Amino acid sequence: MPVELDDLTDAERKALGRCHRAVLGRERPLQLDCGVELGPYRVAYQTYGRLNADKSNAILICHALTGDQFVVERHPVTGKPGWWDALVGPGKVIDPGRYFIICANVLGGCMGSTGPLALDPATGRPWNLRFPVVTVADMVRAQAELLDHLGIPNLFCVIGGSMGGMQVLEWAASYPRRVFSAVPIACAARHSAQNIAFHEVGRQAIMADPEWKGGDYRLHDTVPARGLAVARMTAHITYLSEQALQRKFGRSLQNRNALGFGFDADFQVESYLRHQGSTFVDRFDANSYLYITRAMDYFDLAAAHGGVLAKAFTGTPTRFCLMSFTSDWLFPTRESREIVHALNAAAANVSFVEIESDKGHDAFLLDEPEMFRTLQGFLKGAALVRGLGDVS
Amino acid sequence: MNGAAIRVDLQLIADMVEPSTRALDIGCGDGSLLAYLVSFKRVDARGMELSQTGVNACVANGLSVIQGDADTDLGYYPDDAFDYVILSQTLQATREPRAVLRQMLRVGKRAIVSFPNFAHWQVRLRMVFGGRMPETVSLPYKWYDTPNIHLCSIDDFRALCRDMGVHVERAIVLNSKNRPIHMPPLLANLFGEQAVFMLRRD
Repeated sequence: MPVELDDLTDAERKALGRCHRAVLGRERPLQLDCGVELGPYRVAYQTYGRLNADKSNAILICHALTGDQFVVERHPVTGKPGWWDALVGPGKVIDPGRYFIICANVLGGCMGSTGPLALDPATGRPWNLRFPVVTVADMVRAQAELLDHLGIPNLFCVIGGSMGGMQVLEWAASYPRRVFSAVPIACAARHSAQNIAFHEVGRQAIMADPEWKGGDYRLHDTVPARGLAVARMTAHITYLSEQALQRKFGRSLQNRNALGFGFDADFQVESYLRHQGSTFVDRFDANSYLYITRAMDYFDLAAAHGGVLAKAFTGTPTRFCLMSFTSDWLFPTRESREIVHALNAAAANVSFVEIESDKGHDAFLLDEPEMFRTLQGFLKGAALVRGLGDVS
Repeated sequence: MNGAAIRVDLQLIADMVEPSTRALDIGCGDGSLLAYLVSFKRVDARGMELSQTGVNACVANGLSVIQGDADTDLGYYPDDAFDYVILSQTLQATREPRAVLRQMLRVGKRAIVSFPNFAHWQVRLRMVFGGRMPETVSLPYKWYDTPNIHLCSIDDFRALCRDMGVHVERAIVLNSKNRPIHMPPLLANLFGEQAVFMLRRD
């Protein structure tokens, strides 16, 4: 059987050349929520720092929808700085000199982990839309298998924003004894109707692109670039705030002094969005986008626990720190507060901070001193209790 | 986390808390009592604070604190979640002190409450002879911008406890120099500037 790792896209080849990979599920396939057994499958991951002798200093970073395992270094495909290099790195809040940091490309992703781009071992052909629909819980299962593979029994901390935060919640609910502390940032315990709606617009844009070809575009050597770009443009608006758009662009015109009375990008905001869309296509796969947005839509932690969110955390030993941002309308503060109330009901150890910012949902990726201070303090307190020593 | 010197009334509260227990401090402010309980008594101490600035400062100091309101957010906690639920200098600022006390004694096995005494002689003098709403060291606000909407005297508080069937385990009355005074209730209600009560369900 060909290991389904050979037929790589250019982006995957570049990514896998710059990170670790593990092929898992050979003996024991992954039991997916949809009922399918997946195996073998590949997890592409990156690590920073060293695991200490008693294996107590591991931090798992969970990336968001379009993030990947390249947290710190320049991205092998885009050449841009790591997506969380403001927070992670030598001398930063999450310092590889102190912690062993792991970040894995999610199941269904397109930066080296198995997803719709991979070959179906049964047919030898790309999965494309025949790839099973994966959930956030499936992503977390694959990460847990990766940790087993790496010989890491438990995590000092699991941290992530947006869909990364959903994975953090799932980790805490599914593997409470493996998670000493959890930091879900700018997320929710379930995807709201509005958020599902935005995702659906993005998916429809992709599927309406004639080059998408029912998901088999690679077989036809095409790329549904227009559709994926529109999906990204729509999504990008939801990551910003009205104030931030106004402050950045207002009604300023792009390279012109007067309105063009046509449909070129007259306004800077249009030009900006078009740029966001077109550069996204170079690094992200359209089918992967369908699968990962679906995983977020399906996320509903309470539903998985009899409709009572607190039951997801009954008796949890994990220390939680939640953060939200005032101008985030994609995952507004009230969503975090709902999680806090559920954690209170489970008598969990929880901190919650709402951070003043006009940068919208994207704030969690940016230089937000208040977020850094909060996380620094939380990790310091947790490290003392965990016996990792003073990390101030 | 530096809990070396804390306010006298907070120290009194801290002394009432047994080591290695679990406590919730409602209205924990800058977290000084929490930090003391964590550092010196190994208490699993959590906090709730209305002001977001206060919360952020606490969490940045490694304390477990959430933003929340005593009047509305205690309901989320299960019965007997804590050994102690602490409310220092905040009861008089709640909308429904009686309901808050009831919740505290549901969520905690014991409640520790401190509050300014509105029957202190200075308050009485200012009211009776000054004819104005009293402003004192422990009640420094103008009538129109005070957060204290449900002030009471020590005797009022005792009456409420009786009425609610709540058992007073300890009551410490402090004079204006923050020293505990030992007097019969009538005098304590006159000379006490503030009081600290430890309560439990009967």
